[in-house]
Amino acid sequence: MPVLDLMSGFIVELRNAGLPVSLTENLDAMEAVKEIPLEDREAFKYALAATLVKSQNHWRAFETIFEVYFSLRGPEYSIAQDGNEDSEMWREQQDLQMQGEGKGQSGGSMDGLTPEEIAQMLMNALMNGDQAMMKALAKQSVQRFAGMEPGRPVGGTYYLYRTLRNLDLDNMLDKLMDANKQQAAEELTNLEQRLEKDEFESRIEQFKQEVEAEIRRRLVADRGAEAMAKTLRKPLPEDVEFMHASRDEMQSLKKALQPLTRKLAARLARKRRHGRKGPLDFRNTVRHSLSYGGVPADPKFKYPRPAKPELMVVADISGSVAAFARFTLMLVYAIQGQFSKVRSFVFIDGIDEVTSYFKNTEDISDAIHRVNTEADVVWVDGHSDYGHAFEVFWERYGKDINSKTTILLLGDARNNYHATGSWVVKEMQKRGRHVYWLNPEPKSYWNTGDSVVGEYGSFTDGVYECRNLRQLEGFVEKLV
Amino acid sequence: MSKSFESVQEVRDGLKKVNYLADSGIAGVVYLAQRLGKPILVEGPAGTGKTQLAKSVAEMLGARLIRLQCYEGLDESKALYEWNYKKQLLRIQADKSSDSWSEVHDDIFSDEFLLTRPLLEAISSTDPVVLLIDEVDRVEIETEALLLEILSEYQVSIPELGTITAKQIPMVFLTSNNTRELSEALKRRCLFLHIDYPDMDREKEIVLTKVEGITENLADQIARIVRSIRQLDLKKAPSVSETLDWARTLILLGIDHIDAQEAKDTLHILLKYQTDIAKAAKELSVDK
Repeated sequence: MPVLDLMSGFIVELRNAGLPVSLTENLDAMEAVKEIPLEDREAFKYALAATLVKSQNHWRAFETIFEVYFSLRGPEYSIAQDGNEDSEMWREQQDLQMQGEGKGQSGGSMDGLTPEEIAQMLMNALMNGDQAMMKALAKQSVQRFAGMEPGRPVGGTYYLYRTLRNLDLDNMLDKLMDANKQQAAEELTNLEQRLEKDEFESRIEQFKQEVEAEIRRRLVADRGAEAMAKTLRKPLPEDVEFMHASRDEMQSLKKALQPLTRKLAARLARKRRHGRKGPLDFRNTVRHSLSYGGVPADPKFKYPRPAKPELMVVADISGSVAAFARFTLMLVYAIQGQFSKVRSFVFIDGIDEVTSYFKNTEDISDAIHRVNTEADVVWVDGHSDYGHAFEVFWERYGKDINSKTTILLLGDARNNYHATGSWVVKEMQKRGRHVYWLNPEPKSYWNTGDSVVGEYGSFTDGVYECRNLRQLEGFVEKLV
Repeated sequence: MSKSFESVQEVRDGLKKVNYLADSGIAGVVYLAQRLGKPILVEGPAGTGKTQLAKSVAEMLGARLIRLQCYEGLDESKALYEWNYKKQLLRIQADKSSDSWSEVHDDIFSDEFLLTRPLLEAISSTDPVVLLIDEVDRVEIETEALLLEILSEYQVSIPELGTITAKQIPMVFLTSNNTRELSEALKRRCLFLHIDYPDMDREKEIVLTKVEGITENLADQIARIVRSIRQLDLKKAPSVSETLDWARTLILLGIDHIDAQEAKDTLHILLKYQTDIAKAAKELSVDK
């Protein structure tokens, strides 16, 4: 495949994955590639990244796509020898198949080894941090254990799982630590042990990545880059849906949240300061008039000090929407300086105030953890009952709502066909400043089944769809 | 620019000579920036050597570093140019009678009455310069527009004088701590470089080159402890500059092998929040 076709395929895939690549950036990338020797894969990658990826959040997506499109084009498969690459791949495929059937003995010095010997070699390699050996072993173990067959419609994770299970990588860390202990001449201190452990962990992680890369290489060779890229396509962190996030995605969401809150706080503070000008500052004006001979030529105005809103967050933390509530609480508390007061309540079918968990602690994730474990939110059966929760809320805390209070209601409004208690929301709106409802469900699901968001919504100042960080960020900015 | 790089490796070696250890990503982008004549937007956590990169490149090229520190409220009279009003006034008053209006008018809007500010200075300089626009995320989004002309065309338009075009294309670095999203227009004109915390081996080398009188053994230990600390969930992970401070402290205290107690006692140099310090101290001494 000529380089130009490869590049345009690559850029189309970047756009499909959601990265904003403009035409100028595309042209820049082409220019940049000219300046870099194609054989230098590392430099090639950074050249493309520098011109095409303009946000750190998008790096992972870029890297995956790059690996898929250019994995066959490392130093071993330089682009210059386009012609014989196919035959080489074909030969490897043949090898692979024969291995799969268990009778192949062609090539490679490791083929004769037993699985136990391989495991032992891997342990030694990890122990000594022998990079070349680890690479070779990754190749070998994929060939041996993954059981890959051309054309089989199975995802890469399945092969990864099979390979790693056969190598018993989960117990590898303990084994390494034990071996290390025996080797050491004297007793290791706790600190040293801890450092050794981190070192081994990072080596094992590195080995895993080698295995993953090897599997990907083989899959690309089998299916072609376009098809592969499609299966690997993942939403960008800001587009991950709260309700369906996997554990890995949760981690990346959490990571994305931190810079986001910082940005948001800076932006909001700036906005507050640079709003419209306040009333005339008489004293200041007179003082400045002295330099114009007493003529008030340069009127001075007071800084605007718009009142900060008071916020009450009432969040459903039942299973399906728990992640959403968690993120919203984290976000709200991370920017609590923008509000004069923040109080938070969580409910399932009972309701409990959790404001105190966030006080006297700097660690928001710790507080969230306490919310999930300690808050008393179950009344009867632990299934969402918005009606009861709202009624109790009104009874206990309703009197605290005043004209400065903004109330945020979080949840999917799936009420399990209980009474809705929507009169509470109506009262809230009457007494408070604003009432907003944030729903993590896609709009098309609203008011289907047991969702009664429409009924609540009619008494609020707005119901907002908040499926991902991007939408949540947009809402919070509007709120302040 | 006086000389032009031939390869990425050359950039890397050159930077190493001035005590800046670049990884292949950093060196690659610097090389590209010079070949393509494009500015570099450097982003990353505080204290990872973003500003230092610009300084080191200037030193490597033997170029003058012109620095524009950004802040909220920066405007074109601070960034680009300003007319020297006082001098203009003097000029008008000096010979009120002799000149005609048009002569005076042409005269007071000439080079002589122009005060150059960093951006214009970088453009009009004849000797090689490196322009550093530091913490560009601090200016308001409207002010960013000031930079666009200079970044893409390397020219400055002054209504009274016309357009001043660069005599030579300077290397331009913009740094950002990522406190806000920069505008698309700005990002599009730049190469993007993210400098993250270095990996363990590179950090060790940085410690070895930057701290005098340190042993290989201690540097290795420092790098490993810092890596372990960075893996914790902290408010603010230790930056490279803090690692260096820590290394220097240990040298001053005459410690050549860190044990848990000494690590705990000096943690406050690496970490700046009490909760972080408590967390790290607990993690490092915990029984496993």
